[in-house]
Amino acid sequence: MFKDITLGQYFPTDSFAHRLDPRTKLLILIMYIAAVFLVKELWVFAVLIAFMFFMTAMSNVPVSYVMRSLKPLRILLPIMFLLNLFMISTGDVLVSWKFIKITTGGLKQAVFIVLRLFALVCGASLLTLTTTPISLTEGLEKILSPLKVIKFPAHELAMMMTIALRFIPTLMEEAEKIMKAQLARGADLESGNLVKRAKAMLPILIPLFVNSFRRAEELALAMESRCYHGGEGRTRLRVLRFGWRDLIAVLVFASLIVLVILLQKYLPLDDKLFALISGAKA
Amino acid sequence: MPIVIEKLTYKYQSGSVNEFTALKDIDLTIQDGEFLGVIGHTGSGKSTLIQQLNGLMQPTSGKVTVDGFDMNDKKQRMKGRALVGMVFQYPDHQLFDETVYKDISFGPRNMKLPEDEIDRRVREAMRLVGLDEDEFAEKSPFELSGGEKRRTALAGIIAMYPKYLVLDEPMAGLDPAGRRAVSDMINGFRKKLGCSVVMVSHSMDDIARCADKVIVLRGGEIFKYGAPSEVFCHAEELNEMGLEPPFAARLAAELRKKGFALPQSIYTNEALAEALKPYGKGWRNV
Ligand SMILES: Nc1ncnc2c1ncn2[C@@H]1O[C@H](COP(=O)(O)OP(=O)(O)O)[C@@H](O)[C@H]1O
Ligand SMILES: [Mg+2]
Repeated sequence: MFKDITLGQYFPTDSFAHRLDPRTKLLILIMYIAAVFLVKELWVFAVLIAFMFFMTAMSNVPVSYVMRSLKPLRILLPIMFLLNLFMISTGDVLVSWKFIKITTGGLKQAVFIVLRLFALVCGASLLTLTTTPISLTEGLEKILSPLKVIKFPAHELAMMMTIALRFIPTLMEEAEKIMKAQLARGADLESGNLVKRAKAMLPILIPLFVNSFRRAEELALAMESRCYHGGEGRTRLRVLRFGWRDLIAVLVFASLIVLVILLQKYLPLDDKLFALISGAKA
Repeated sequence: MPIVIEKLTYKYQSGSVNEFTALKDIDLTIQDGEFLGVIGHTGSGKSTLIQQLNGLMQPTSGKVTVDGFDMNDKKQRMKGRALVGMVFQYPDHQLFDETVYKDISFGPRNMKLPEDEIDRRVREAMRLVGLDEDEFAEKSPFELSGGEKRRTALAGIIAMYPKYLVLDEPMAGLDPAGRRAVSDMINGFRKKLGCSVVMVSHSMDDIARCADKVIVLRGGEIFKYGAPSEVFCHAEELNEMGLEPPFAARLAAELRKKGFALPQSIYTNEALAEALKPYGKGWRNV
């Protein structure tokens, strides 16, 4: 049951994207998201998607792996599409049958939402595919550290994330063992109504929690006995450094934003496309 | 009726790139009332093997039948599972209720036994594992010491009156006195309930003390299987595998090298003492 869940979907290989500084990757992800939200013309998504294939190629990750990250959306995406398609009624009417009415505005919005989600999820998963969770939290800590002046606990936050990530597989494994132990005592997890089933989970959740608290205490003790006292004055095993790759990456993404803005300003092809569609219908 | 394992193969993550064959072509029969000791290196597949016995894991190929119930079949599996009591290595994985008494009654309650029968069994189980009722019944299982937790976990299974009691390294992490106590306890319920016992252990001494049959696993395959005397007489081979034969067997092997005429079948302290008797006072002259 728990074996199917993979967290931190890091794809271990070597590539341009893998060698980027995690801070850079976080920054270019933000730039990429900005670019996605700047898109107002449908056809510009074609440019964005082409760009995404380019990014995938630069990261040496099989396309199938990137697509796999869309799996959790397989229910959400169609629902979003249909809702927008039927609910929005602006523009020309394309199809009208009984109470169902599909308009150009609805169609445009539906395609728009789906493409935007698609682009966002693919971009974000490229980040996690090319960056180990540890270096990601490290990058996050560095990016947030200027906020320390206003007492924002950047180091502590990053440490918490690191520890949480480290212990997720342990917890999964333990949950499975506990489940087996209770099943062997005749626990019935599958029959009965919702309340009964929730109650039946108690013999699994209680040991899981108790053990987690105990483990947390032990870990805290182990860290303190090795003189851990927060981030102050701590040096790193691997020092993050920006390189020529990082400069190139930031420039490329900056150009992407500029390209999106310019294309929309000077090449509004959408209206022509939709005119074509409604023209073909009429 | 026995537990019969036929051509059992088990693969973790079967079909994926990480596929790992943990058990290969295992054939084994566990008779009624038998005490089977399971020995092997860490990672040799001991835990994987015993979890097949109550259907917590199903074979990738092959068949396990418990008293005729086919464990591959979902309905029959539940009936088979009810006959097999499984004690895992870490009591922390099963203790959950407010009091020791309630925790031990979890299993019998799941069996839908009448209340007075549950009460009787819980008290009996506590007595069998040596937990004083007045002292422990109302204690929280989370306040107990390691040894007491283990006893409670054991009692939780005993109270279900399993026909086959399966224990995964029940003595790991205990001192010699604790090991002895657990060993005596297991023999205690075996007499009382007449159940079969399957026990995984690293220590051959623990197994030598009470096993009728011994199985040695290596890399997921049966390396040796038979009566203790048949298995432990291969002291050299076991040593090479990194497993330490029982103390008496090792001592007997050393003495044999020094010229003592001792039979190969010795593996318990008692048998060794008996065999050494003829040498009596004059042993210095050998
Ligand atoms: N959930 C799992 N996924 C993949 N491999 C596993 C899993 N559990 C155990 N294994 C592997 O199967 C082998 C046998 O494990 P196990 O039966 O636990 O050994 P033992 O109890 O003898 O130490 C080991 O090599 C272990 O690495
Ligand atoms: Mg094991």
